[in-house]
Amino acid sequence: MKTLIAKKIGMTQIYDENSKSLGVTVLDVSDCRVVQVKNNEKDGYSAVQLTIGKKKNLSKPLESHYKKYDVEPGEVLHEVKVDEDSELNPGAKINVKDFFEIGQKVDITGISKGKGFAGVMKRHNFSGQKASHGVHKVHRAGGSIGNASFPGHVFKGQKMAGRMGNQKTTIQSVTIVGLNEEKNYLLVNGSVPGNKGNIVQVQSAVKVNQ
Amino acid sequence: MDLIENIEKEYLKEDLPEFKSGDTVKVNVKVSEGNRERIQTFEGVIIAVNGVGINKTITVRKLSFGVGVERIFPVHAPIVDSLEVVRKGKVRRSKLYYLRDRVGKSAKIKEDRN
Repeated sequence: MKTLIAKKIGMTQIYDENSKSLGVTVLDVSDCRVVQVKNNEKDGYSAVQLTIGKKKNLSKPLESHYKKYDVEPGEVLHEVKVDEDSELNPGAKINVKDFFEIGQKVDITGISKGKGFAGVMKRHNFSGQKASHGVHKVHRAGGSIGNASFPGHVFKGQKMAGRMGNQKTTIQSVTIVGLNEEKNYLLVNGSVPGNKGNIVQVQSAVKVNQ
Repeated sequence: MDLIENIEKEYLKEDLPEFKSGDTVKVNVKVSEGNRERIQTFEGVIIAVNGVGINKTITVRKLSFGVGVERIFPVHAPIVDSLEVVRKGKVRRSKLYYLRDRVGKSAKIKEDRN
C-alpha cells in the first residue's frame, strides 16, 4: 500500500475524453518531503516520515528532530510504510508519479469541516417532524428518545444533537483523474474532507474490486 | 489559487469572440447520434452571462415556432464547437430576463453599431 500526504488546494472542473465535465479536487504534493527514514535493522520495520508545508515556533524536541535530518520544519509529521528497498533519503522530495497513476482508486483521509453544535436532522439525517398539522415548535426535533420506567434510562449511543464535523474522516475509492509530475499535483474526482489548505493522506484503495 | 488557474487554463478556449448580454449569437453544438457526430446550430439572444473562467455559461433564448426556447451553454465545454456573434445588441442591463414576458416589437433589441 502506498501512502503520501498532500495539501488540499480547492475544487474546479475539467472535461474528460467523453466531453463530460468532472468536479475535481486539486491535491498539491509539491512540498512533500522525507524527514526520518526507518529501516529494519535499527527500528524493526521500514517506513519514512513525511512532512509538508512550513511551520514556525516549534517545540525544542521537534526542532532538533528536524535539525538532525536537516529538513525544513513542516506542518505535520506522518509516517508511512515503504518497501525495504526504497531509496528515500532524508530531505528527498516526493513525486506523485512514483506513488499513483491515472485511473487508480485511492482512499483519502482528512479532518472534516467543523459544523459546530448541529441538530439531529443535519447530524444524523433524521426526518424531523411535520411543518403543519398542529406541530408546534418541534419541526426539527428528534422525537422520542426511549421508553418510560422500563428500561428507565436512555440507551447509550442514542443519536442526539451535538458537535458535528472536525473529525478524522476517510472517503474510499476515489478515482484519480489527473496527475502532473512536473508541478506535482493530483486531481481526484469529487470532494475531499476538510477545508482548503488542509493536509490529507492519500493511500491506495483498501477495497480493490470496486 | 495559482495551481487551480493553471489547471483550468488547459481547458479554456482561446478563440472565443467577445460577447455580452443582448448579442445575437450562433452556437454550434456537437450532437452525437450513435457513433456519428454532427453539428447543430442554435441561434438566439444571450440573455445572461454567468460565472467566470471554466464555469462561464451563457443563456441563449430564441423563439421556435412561437415558443420561447432557452438553452444554457458552458462556453468552454467541448460540446460547444464554436460560437459566432451575429449581431451586437445595445442593452442597459446584464440580465435580460424581461424578454421572457415580451413578444414582437417590444422584445426587440437595438443594434449596437459601434
